[in-house]
Amino acid sequence: MTAALEVQGLGYELPTGGALVDGVSFTVGAGETLVLLGRSGSGKTTTLKLINRLLEPTAGDVRVAGERTVDVPVTRLRRRIGYVIQEIGLFPHFTVGDNVGLVPRLEGWPAPRIATRVRELLALVGLDPEVFVGRYPHQLSGGQRQRVGVARALAADPPLLLLDEPFGALDPITRVELQREFRSLEGRLGKAMVFVTHDVREGLMLATRIGLMYGGRLVFLGTPEEFRAADHPECQAFIAAA
Amino acid sequence: MRLFQFYAQNSGEALGLFWQHIYLVAISTGAATAVGLPLGVLLTRRPAWRGPVLGLANVFQTIPSLALFGFLIPLPFIGGIGARTAIVALVLYALLPIVRNTYTGIAGVDPAVRDAGRGMGMTDRQLLLMVELPLALGVILAGVRVATVVSVGTATIAAAIGAGGLGEYIFRGVAMVNDTLILAGALPAALLALAADGLLGFAERRLGWRPT
Repeated sequence: MTAALEVQGLGYELPTGGALVDGVSFTVGAGETLVLLGRSGSGKTTTLKLINRLLEPTAGDVRVAGERTVDVPVTRLRRRIGYVIQEIGLFPHFTVGDNVGLVPRLEGWPAPRIATRVRELLALVGLDPEVFVGRYPHQLSGGQRQRVGVARALAADPPLLLLDEPFGALDPITRVELQREFRSLEGRLGKAMVFVTHDVREGLMLATRIGLMYGGRLVFLGTPEEFRAADHPECQAFIAAA
Repeated sequence: MRLFQFYAQNSGEALGLFWQHIYLVAISTGAATAVGLPLGVLLTRRPAWRGPVLGLANVFQTIPSLALFGFLIPLPFIGGIGARTAIVALVLYALLPIVRNTYTGIAGVDPAVRDAGRGMGMTDRQLLLMVELPLALGVILAGVRVATVVSVGTATIAAAIGAGGLGEYIFRGVAMVNDTLILAGALPAALLALAADGLLGFAERRLGWRPT
């Protein structure tokens, strides 16, 4: 059985020299959430962008559902990978419904099917479709926007989800609320997820496995229990911060 | 009062010059938009060209209009006396605000929005047509508005090289020291500029996206 995502010896070197990501390898299966934990500048976000080819790897190999990402047309690759970023990047001139239905629209789904899917997804992320489908992003709270961002990433039912600090910009109360809901979503969706965060508590709460990045390398990879017991100094630094 | 008498006696000629003026502005702004918009988009795709292209457009902008008309006259094909030369000069003037605003408008789109679009698998074309241009439309239209208003003014000077338009009256009035004649050209030209500004400003507010 092929894993949803396989990363082998992944590296990214700047044209000016200096590696941002170096020799990173991991595998994520369906229903698994790999949390990439690390300080700012440790290469977490870069790793994520190397997976959906917003950046092109300079070394190593990424396979999504067994296929090398470089062998797939980049737009097709990205439409099969849900992507949520901290700033959310909702299209401000699109309604919530149009935002969520974007990838299905790009994929040429018939309009009624898109409309059904949009309602289904809004309900899934806890937004009443009747109320929200016609609203614009600037009429929403930060938490609501982030929910729309998650719904949008799930729209075309991609087997793999990349999340880059999706709850980073939220107030602490909303963040905890969304983390809880996200955790219950994880179980229901059965997707492979890579979740980037620098918040160790968030990581421990949501991860099936934790990958700790430091200076562009993956210095630890294991379950949250193993992470708590790990003796790598960077692991201990993070646990001390929890 | 004498102005009304003048118009009453020369309504045919006055109307002809008025339409000629609008024609000069419409053709040149239209052409400048047709060239400037794609050029501005291109600059967002080829950042290295930005300096030279905007620099060149800037140079045209700084040449005094009468001098530019003069420079163009001896050139083959585009030069000579008449409306064609004037239109070429007006296009060169209108180019800068349109190219610059198209570039600025698109460059001003939130990078997170662009990243999200690309990350979801939009092609560059889809990103441009569905996201970048709609979000930049207000700024682009502001550029077209500036170009149009400047054109209305500059087109009065085009009369100096025989392109016609309302400048005819102004130059004639200056030569004959006739205030009525100067006003007969200057007043409608000013009203035309105000009308163009108002109309395009309205379009800008209606079509341009902004958070409310």
